[in-house]
Amino acid sequence: MTVAAGIGLGERQAGAGAPPPAVTERRSRRKLTPYLLLVPGMAWLAIFFIAPIVTLLSTSTQTRPEGAEIGVFTQTFRFANYLDALEGYGPEFGRSFLYALLATVLALAISYPLAYAIAFKAGRWRNLLLVLVVAPFFVSFLLRTVAWKQILADDAWVADLLRALSVIGPQTHIINSAPAVVIGITYNFLPFMILPIYASLERVDPRLMEAAGDLYSSALTTFRKVTIPLSMPGIVAGTLLTFIPAAGDYVNSALLGNKDTTMVGNVIDSRFLRVVDYPTAAVLSVTLMASILVLVGFYIRRAGTEELV
Amino acid sequence: MSRASKGTAQGQVDGGRDLRIGNVTKRFGSFVAVDDLSLTVPSGSFFALLGPSGCGKTTTLRMVAGLEEPSEGSILIGDQDVTFAKPYRRPVNTVFQSYALFPHLDIFENVAFGLRRRGSKEVKKQVDDALELVELGGFAKRKPAQLSGGQQQRVALARAIVNNPAVLLLDEPLGALDLKLRRQMQIELKRIQTEVGLTFVHVTHDQEEAMTMADTIAVMNNGRIEQLGNPEELYESPTTTFVANFLGQSNLIRSSVTGTSGTDVQLEVHGGRLAMPQSRRNGATDDLLIGVRPEKIRISPTGQDANAEQNELLGGVVTDASFTGVSTQYLVRMPWGQELMVFAQNVGVGGVLAPGTQVDLRWDPAHTFALDGSLDAGAGVQRDEGATPVPVG
Ligand SMILES: Nc1ncnc2c1ncn2[C@@H]1O[C@H](COP(=O)(O)OP(=O)(O)O)[C@@H](O)[C@H]1O
Ligand SMILES: [Mg+2]
Repeated sequence: MTVAAGIGLGERQAGAGAPPPAVTERRSRRKLTPYLLLVPGMAWLAIFFIAPIVTLLSTSTQTRPEGAEIGVFTQTFRFANYLDALEGYGPEFGRSFLYALLATVLALAISYPLAYAIAFKAGRWRNLLLVLVVAPFFVSFLLRTVAWKQILADDAWVADLLRALSVIGPQTHIINSAPAVVIGITYNFLPFMILPIYASLERVDPRLMEAAGDLYSSALTTFRKVTIPLSMPGIVAGTLLTFIPAAGDYVNSALLGNKDTTMVGNVIDSRFLRVVDYPTAAVLSVTLMASILVLVGFYIRRAGTEELV
Repeated sequence: MSRASKGTAQGQVDGGRDLRIGNVTKRFGSFVAVDDLSLTVPSGSFFALLGPSGCGKTTTLRMVAGLEEPSEGSILIGDQDVTFAKPYRRPVNTVFQSYALFPHLDIFENVAFGLRRRGSKEVKKQVDDALELVELGGFAKRKPAQLSGGQQQRVALARAIVNNPAVLLLDEPLGALDLKLRRQMQIELKRIQTEVGLTFVHVTHDQEEAMTMADTIAVMNNGRIEQLGNPEELYESPTTTFVANFLGQSNLIRSSVTGTSGTDVQLEVHGGRLAMPQSRRNGATDDLLIGVRPEKIRISPTGQDANAEQNELLGGVVTDASFTGVSTQYLVRMPWGQELMVFAQNVGVGGVLAPGTQVDLRWDPAHTFALDGSLDAGAGVQRDEGATPVPVG
């Protein structure tokens, strides 16, 4: 945010005062070059981002004509599609955001100490630990989630242990429950939280922490007043990278949940691929995207990232 | 100004808060960075710790600040033993070599940081006064990154001073500034210290900086204190070859004692006879290194200007003469092969002596000092002074 503002300011200053004509020409050509360089990227965006969005938006207001074949829809600008879908799938939306929020909070609680330890305490183990953080990516997302199915199964050691400690009753299942879904999401997006936080912590000058100690801060106060604010960009990036995909996730709910843990992603999945109800799927996708955008907008404002260096 | 009077008043109240470092040793593994170091810094003084890079100055400061624990020895501030106290429990503040300003806070909050942690009242007034003191009154709302190096340095100073510590530690605070700004800040720092009356312990590897600013200088080498005294004492009467060479330049000549007459010592130097006051002799053996500063020597063409009262060394040949305006710096090769340095003030009308001229050197016996002959005559010599940037560290 700061960067953008800075560039804008710089340009305005450069533009102040009328330059002689010859210079203007050269400058205008020089001004054009950056835009030319943007063309490939813009084309990419147009083809792979804007076009699908437009298609999605247009699909969302289509309807299936009476007696038409499966999969045939026509554009009727029926905006009531949105009302129908929201009425029908309110709980799924609620769950998506609730699970995503819980998973984000959990992932943050796990990641921050871990990233801190890697950045400041790991010494020569640092690189190995970073590799370990990324290592799960070498196995498919699906397989890893299936593995959790086994870890959380009724006859696996986790359930045995929790039963032995009377944390859960003899009849309680962990698998196929909301907690299992949240655990799965947390696990799957953990690296997306750890890495940005690590990256920003690693850039924190340890001498600033010494300076805080010298200025009457205990270790805890130093952490609150210096370390956390300076790692804020990493926290914001990590929470976004976790929350956004988590809200749209459906694999964890499908593999680790039950029919009462259905998330929006699962509905979209089944509407698109099984029921072949494209408009409803599109409506849900658009709504999910829009609500995430709004939430993220508020969040970034609150977190005040533009305040950060 | 109100701050100044308050600082001075506080200084008097804290009159008994000398910093005492007692037999402190710091080892990193088997490497001894600070070696059985003892010194007392009187409250309210401007004390300089001077030594070449790597001699243990920063380590010493860090132990006083509590950022490093001594392997042995004790550190006292007044009657309070702070040897193992946490940094935030010591009445000590540091101006770090890297400034270490908090990039996420504006200048005001940087300076207020220590006050807020201690729940101080009237934060605004104290911070404003401190910023006024370092002449940064209008910069309160800026971020550190928006200030120049010199301004950041002054913020670091204000951030430390505002806490009114019993001891203020400055670790090469001017090291990152260019020469002109550095000279300016030396005067500024001295003014501020006089104004607030705090104890300053100023670490530097720049002998000129130490001499212009400090009341007392401790010259450090290899983790030990070589000599401690006021700038004039150190310059006029160095007790080790390291100090003689590190502070200014010295001509050190091998000689042996032949006897005494009254309060004088009689010396023999490569066939010549010299005298010097007994009181300026360091080193009990008869084998001495006698020293004389280049600007104390008078140079004249052979045969002129004889004077029985003077020490004289005859038969030199000028090998190099560089005219600097204020003075001319000569290198003179003596009959025994050693080259001596002579700075001749540009006061006469005789002009510069050309290389190859036969010359005699003379100086007042009282300007001679003598060091133990077993010391390394080359210790502490600074090569290429000013030409190469001195590494910060
Ligand atoms: N944490 C450390 N570990 C190992 N050696 C160190 C450490 N800190 C300083 N040293 C060594 O101690 C010596 C003195 O360092 P320092 O006090 O920084 O010197 P100065 O500030 O006088 O340049 C140096 O040789 C340095 O390499
Ligand atoms: Mg240092």
